[in-house]
Parts: sequence; structure tokens; C-alpha cells
Amino acid sequence: MNTVLFRTVQTDNGEASAQTVSFDFEGRQLNAPKGITVAAALMQNQVLHFRDSPVSGQPRAPYCQMGVCFECLVQINGVQNRQSCMTTIQDGMVIRMQQGQTTFTVIQTGDEQ
Amino acid sequence: MSTHTNVAIIGAGPAGMMAAARLASRNHSVIVLDEQSQAGGQIWRNIMSATTGLAGILGPDYAAGATVAGQFAASGAQHLRGATVWNLTRERQLHYLHEGQTHTLTADAVILATGAMERPFPIPGWTLPGVMGAGAAQVLLKGSGTVPATPVVIAGCGPLLYLICWQYLRADVPIAAVLDTSSGRDIFQASPALLAGLPAFADIRKGLSMINAIKAKKIPFYRGVQKLRVHGQASVRSISFEYQGQTHTLDTNLVLLHQGVVPNTQFTWLLRAAHDWSETGVCWIPKADAWGRLHDLEGIYLAGDGQGIAGAQAAVTRGELAALAADAQLNPAQADSLESLSAPLLSRLKKNMALRPFLDAAYMPKRENRIPHDDTIVCRCEEVTAGQIRDFVRQGCMGPNQAKSFSRCGMGPCQGRMCGLTVTEVIADQLKVAHDQVGYYRIRAPLKPVTLAELACATDSKF
Repeated sequence: MNTVLFRTVQTDNGEASAQTVSFDFEGRQLNAPKGITVAAALMQNQVLHFRDSPVSGQPRAPYCQMGVCFECLVQINGVQNRQSCMTTIQDGMVIRMQQGQTTFTVIQTGDEQ
Repeated sequence: MSTHTNVAIIGAGPAGMMAAARLASRNHSVIVLDEQSQAGGQIWRNIMSATTGLAGILGPDYAAGATVAGQFAASGAQHLRGATVWNLTRERQLHYLHEGQTHTLTADAVILATGAMERPFPIPGWTLPGVMGAGAAQVLLKGSGTVPATPVVIAGCGPLLYLICWQYLRADVPIAAVLDTSSGRDIFQASPALLAGLPAFADIRKGLSMINAIKAKKIPFYRGVQKLRVHGQASVRSISFEYQGQTHTLDTNLVLLHQGVVPNTQFTWLLRAAHDWSETGVCWIPKADAWGRLHDLEGIYLAGDGQGIAGAQAAVTRGELAALAADAQLNPAQADSLESLSAPLLSRLKKNMALRPFLDAAYMPKRENRIPHDDTIVCRCEEVTAGQIRDFVRQGCMGPNQAKSFSRCGMGPCQGRMCGLTVTEVIADQLKVAHDQVGYYRIRAPLKPVTLAELACATDSKF
């Protein structure tokens, strides 16, 4: 998607925080203003595809931004099902899209015993 | 180890902050648990750290929140930030997550100040990336200073729809069009209620000036639109609608939907509290008295929009009323003066709510946007359509809990928050029975996802 969808609001007196954090999303190094949510940080980087529905595989994006709809679920630092709209972005976070249906990694099969 | 407090308050919005400040000043130990990192709730989100420029864009009603937030901060009430309450029992035991651990808290009194959420807006295409609630857009603006950079279409009805337009104009956000589902006829039919709303004349004037500001900018403004439909494959490409008998299509990448807010009832359903269906609010309202004392639940109170939508100022008053009743409970010597202390608050609440009957009537969400056609997804998580729900009813399904076992409807991660109202309405409509007879999902803990690791770290041996 090439269209710029979201930006930081410009206020008259230009007080916008100069501090930024950097994080990893799907292997890409991205930056965002400090103190905002993971959902907003991704959206300011023009990411709208947060996860795939586990039912149909359709792409999904944040809908409510207040912890109600669970559409913004992502994997953060290896933990799945994190509500990105309720989590503050931190320097060095590793964020992954939440894939629809996940499969278990086979650690050991019966024949090996 | 389990902790005890006199008062536990869930939610640090207008009602929660006010109740906490009042009760702390009466020397009760008060703990306020809130999921956000800062007090303010949704309406006053980020109020204590918003720059003056941002507060200017958001307007005077937002900036007014600083007074209550200041009182709360200075009150001595303990504010537990980033705390997610995932269980509450009728015996007033709370389980909450905080910094990766689950904790237990018991309280003599619990005040639920969990506010409201946006009413679901089930139309074709509402699950596409690029569709968001207008309230969600406000949260992004207040909390993260994030706004659309591409022309946005704003569709639906209600005061918040005009408010976000007005705020976006002040923030130089391009608005492609406003698609208002309410019509001049709705306003005309609601006008008798305006007479009763005269004490809230300032609010009427504010609303009119916002609408005039939008019109002055010559933004395409369609009133009485029907058959809203969002189009796209991977994300939004366009929105179509019917206006004065003709179908129109607008190209856009972002659509904001809104048709009012409704009480967030997860906690009251979890407690098995009694609820009434409100015909005027088109939502569930927990049974409680004027002080928010929940019917049949000792020591558990409701404060704010959870008692029925009335806005921030009413929420502050309701917070004060709940605090008075809780104080009387904790301090029986005070009980005699409860009525006299409450009288001025009750008359202020009446004034706070004067415009509500007009707003409810004028901006009642349209039937087609609440009870959708068969092909529309109702349960976003499990992708169950209105048509499937109707099929279950034809097979004998009598209510939302049976619909769950037919289809997993309401069993996804949101636990029915986004489809509950719609499912009740679709079933009631199909069976031609009252909503109270259809009922709602049986809500169970955990209200929010808890990992095994978080449970294993519980500081209370019972978990």
C-alpha cells in the first residue's frame, strides 16, 4: 500500500515530542514517537494489516482502539494475542503479525521414543 | 498474598476519578484499577499530558477534564495504572493482571466505572482494514496524536460524529464526506424533547456551531443516507450508499463509522446482575438505583455511562453519588444524611441529562444498521453472519447462548463484546419477542486473556 494513511498531528506551537523509539515489525526496522500505543505506532508507519482472521484468513486491522474488539492482536516479543491498542510501544520491541491458524511445532514424535 | 481495601474502583474515567477523590477525602483506603497508563478514561484520555496544542484541537469539553483529574491525583487514592481486572465475584474479590503477574484484591465496596464502548455498526465490509470507529479515531488523536493523512469518509449518526469532524477540521485532516444516517425528519420528530432540553441550551448551541463549522468548510454532507456498504479486497477502496433514492459511490481508503455509544456491560453480566433492555437507548442497562447500587448485589456500585449513556459531566455527578452511598455503607453513622447530601447532586444530574431524551430520539441508530441483512458479518471474530443466526432461530435456537453452540458466535477473543447486542436484536426480531426474553451471552471470567505464565506467577496461592 503506497498511500500515506496516517500521520502525527501538527499542533500550532509545534510541541510534538521529538523523542522516538525504534522497533522491529516483521523484520523491518521502524520508528515511532515515544509513548504511543503499538497500534498507533504501526499505523503511523502505514501498516494496516495486523493479522489474518483464523476463520477465513482475511486481513484485519484495529477497529475500536480501546481494548474491546481484539482486532489489533499481534505477537509482541514472542507472546501471541497481545492487544496492540492497549500496549505502549517500547524501544527494541519485536512485533509480528498474528497469523490466522497456527500450527504446533513438533518437538518429538512417538516413533522417537 | 491477598490484599484488602475499603474501596476498589474499576476504571479511571470521569466517574471513577471523582468517586475515588470523594471517598479518599473521607479517609477510606481507595484503589483505582485502570488498564491505561494514565487517568482520564476514553473521554479525557491523556488529559494530564496532552500538549496545549492538542488540547486546543480537542476543544474546551476535553480540557475541562483536567480539573477532575487534578482532584483525583491530589486525593491520596491509589492509582494502579496498567491493571487489567479479569475477574470479579459477587463477594467483591477481584483478580487483576499487573506487570505480567496476576493478583487478588478484596474490597468492602466495589465501584464499577467501566464506562461505555462504541455501538457495533454491522454493515457489509465493516471488517476491512481501513474501517474504524469514529470513537477509535478520537482515541488515536487523544492518546497517540495520530490522524488520517488521506481523505476520510465519516458515516453514521450522533453527537460524536459531528465532534470528530469538528476536531479533524481544527487538525487539518481532510474529510471526503460526511454520510449522516439521521435525517431532518428524525430531528423534527424528536423536537418535542428539545423543550425539556432547554436547561442544556449551551450544549444545543455547541452542537449547532459544530454542524455549521462543517457546512462552512463545504464538506459534502449527505443526510438520511441508507444502504451503507464498504468495498475492497485487502483494505477499503470505496463506500457506497443510497441518498434520495440514488446510489452513490465514493473512493476512499479510510472510513470512520459511528452510531452512538452503549454501556460496557461485561462486568455486570459476569456478576449475573439483572439488566433491562432500554428501548430509547437500544441497549442493556444494569438494574441499579439512583446511587448506582446494583440490584441484589451488596456493596457493588455502578457509576458513569455504565448506568446508561449520559456523558462526562453526568458521569462526574454519578461518581459523586456512588461515593456518597459507598461512604454510607462503610460508615453507617453517615447513612441518615445520605438523602439530604444527595439532593443537590440529583438535581444537578437532572440538568446534566436534560438533553439526553432529545439526543436519544434524534440519533437513534437505524434498524438496517443494527439488524443487518443476511450476508453481513455479525460476529467479527468467528465470522458468523446475520443469516446464519436467523437459520439457527429457524432450527429452534431461542437465544444468544444457544447460538454460541451452533456456531461459536461470540466465542472469539472479544468474547461477544462486538456482536452481543446485534445477536440479541436479530434473534428478538426473528422470534418477534421482547429483548428481555432473548437475553444476552453468559459472560464468564477471564474477561481479558491471561497467559498460563501469568497465572502461574499469581501472588495468591488460590491461583
